[in-house]
Amino acid sequence: MDTILGPECMNSNEKIQGWMPRERFDELFGALSALGYTCYGPQVRDHAIVYARITSSGELPRGVTDAQQPGSYRLTHSEGGRWFDWANGPQALKPLLFAPRESLWRVARDAQGRLSFTPAAERPAKIALIGARACDLAALRLQDQHFLEGAYVDEAYAARRRNLLVVAVNCTRPASTCFCVSTGDGPRAASGFDIALTELDDGFVAEAGSPVGGEILGTLVFDAASRVQVKDADEAIAQGAQQQVRSLPSRNLRDVLFDNLDHPRWDDVAARCLSCGNCTSVCPTCFCHRETEEPQLDGTASGHLREWDSCFTQGHSYIHGLTVRAATRERYRQWLTHKLGSWHDQYGRSGCVGCGRCIAWCPVGIDIAEEATALHGGGK
Amino acid sequence: MTASPYLPLEARIADRHQESDTVFTLDLELTDAIARAAYRFEPGQFNMVYLYGVGEVAISIVSDPDDEHALGHTIRRVGRVTNGIAKLRKGDCLGIRGPYGRGWPVEEAQGRDVVLITGGLGCAPVVGVINYIVRRRDLFGHVTIIQGVKHSADLIWRGRYEQWATLPDTQVLLAADVAGPGWPWHQGRVTALLDQATLNPANTIVMMCGPEIMMRLTIDILLQRGIREQDIWLSMERNMQCAVGHCGHCQYGPQFVCKDGPVFCYPEVKALFGVSGF
Repeated sequence: MDTILGPECMNSNEKIQGWMPRERFDELFGALSALGYTCYGPQVRDHAIVYARITSSGELPRGVTDAQQPGSYRLTHSEGGRWFDWANGPQALKPLLFAPRESLWRVARDAQGRLSFTPAAERPAKIALIGARACDLAALRLQDQHFLEGAYVDEAYAARRRNLLVVAVNCTRPASTCFCVSTGDGPRAASGFDIALTELDDGFVAEAGSPVGGEILGTLVFDAASRVQVKDADEAIAQGAQQQVRSLPSRNLRDVLFDNLDHPRWDDVAARCLSCGNCTSVCPTCFCHRETEEPQLDGTASGHLREWDSCFTQGHSYIHGLTVRAATRERYRQWLTHKLGSWHDQYGRSGCVGCGRCIAWCPVGIDIAEEATALHGGGK
Repeated sequence: MTASPYLPLEARIADRHQESDTVFTLDLELTDAIARAAYRFEPGQFNMVYLYGVGEVAISIVSDPDDEHALGHTIRRVGRVTNGIAKLRKGDCLGIRGPYGRGWPVEEAQGRDVVLITGGLGCAPVVGVINYIVRRRDLFGHVTIIQGVKHSADLIWRGRYEQWATLPDTQVLLAADVAGPGWPWHQGRVTALLDQATLNPANTIVMMCGPEIMMRLTIDILLQRGIREQDIWLSMERNMQCAVGHCGHCQYGPQFVCKDGPVFCYPEVKALFGVSGF
């Protein structure tokens, strides 16, 4: 059988889609590991779907789906035994690239008090992430902009990013909390992947999104997907899009939000918000982090680390004796005016990709779409 | 100046001056000769100063860019890091990385009258540009230097203000909310001093740094006096940890104060200026 999905397909206007029968899915693991990649994929851990190291399809969340509501995330049984029959878990790709906690540098101090600084020299493994969603890829693009495309490049992020290969799986089963259609980010993965798959009952429609993705699919020697298979895949994605029940009132809420800084809704939401920061931890685009120090007890060395921070903490806005945002109202307003407002100035689009994680993982079920709608509709 | 934008370089305290009970100046010298020779900055930029085992703080550079012997940093001891740094002595080592941010619009100010208005330790981010102007005096028009402090004992650099007052075409106006004995200048708000300043709105640029409430009241008066918004520049302060626009703490609406500022032209920050919580 001839290879139909080689790198040359990238140059073709017509996207070539292959058919990966379910029983041959494990060949993908072999092909990725032959190229030196460690595979990460969705697995059930502690009653949630998370991305973790994976070596075979047997570890995928078979026959599992997620029921998500404001303040609620539950895994339940899904008929049919598919592997990607769920929307998303608490993580996106963020922890793989923007590490929750990592060393930036170390400093040694000698007996004379002289200091010598050494940058952290992590050599990240090549990681292939299987199962990324369109919302996660949109968020990845935003994190790339933030950490890589300004005047300063974050080397640790850059090194991990260079070593990342993405196998997207188109979302055909959005949760009730999802609204990627309204943000324009899904459910079909349009770019930012090396390989994209769409799951059907007996296998996957596969397409390459990069030369390396094309090479990998080429070595697996699949047939072209039939017209029926392609149509079924397209319909499954379209059906997923139609199932979405939430939406933001507009893709650009910057002016509305900054024109309504005194809207009573801020007090209303602040009365419910616990200022816990869960939303910022699960948000795939939130980038705030603090720097922290770990001195050795013997006084000869100290480590300088960074870890995720949140604009919902007291310390986030601290300057010499003054906390700029002491009240929860101001913290929620900062988060929302940034996420849906000033992101447009900073990165040319909203910072929300419609994944709905902040809704499900909020302990009191605050719904970003509902808040934005209230602020939008309320006027001045 | 380094491969990783987060990595400090070792610097030695070449000199230390106690300016007041709580304010001191460290003259820092990078110990690596190549790094020292390569280091360049503009007035209004800042360094991240690292205290071993404790952490970093953003401190503006008060010395002159052409001064080759050391980098001056004037610091008030107030928090965990600065209280520790206050205990260091001449010859001790710490870390610095920088310079960061956008400095004062010194080129735009050339040929124009310059009004420099500061409150409290807001004088530190501005003293560099005052020295810059004084050393290149003929490049600028009339210079007005205005500084206000809460208590007369808080005034640092008294000798410098007295010396600047002797320079041609230079006006120095000082105020203390509370004046102790021997205070020859104005008692009251710094904003009251603007009445004594000669302002030529058509050809004046204003640079200011101080508490935001003071800057807000001052801007109101300046606008009433006919100064245009785009001729007002101010240095802002927010929590800064990375100094390169990554960590997110210093955001002020769309701006990252560390990299888009700390010096802003007033229209850039006007929308949120005075709105509490940003």
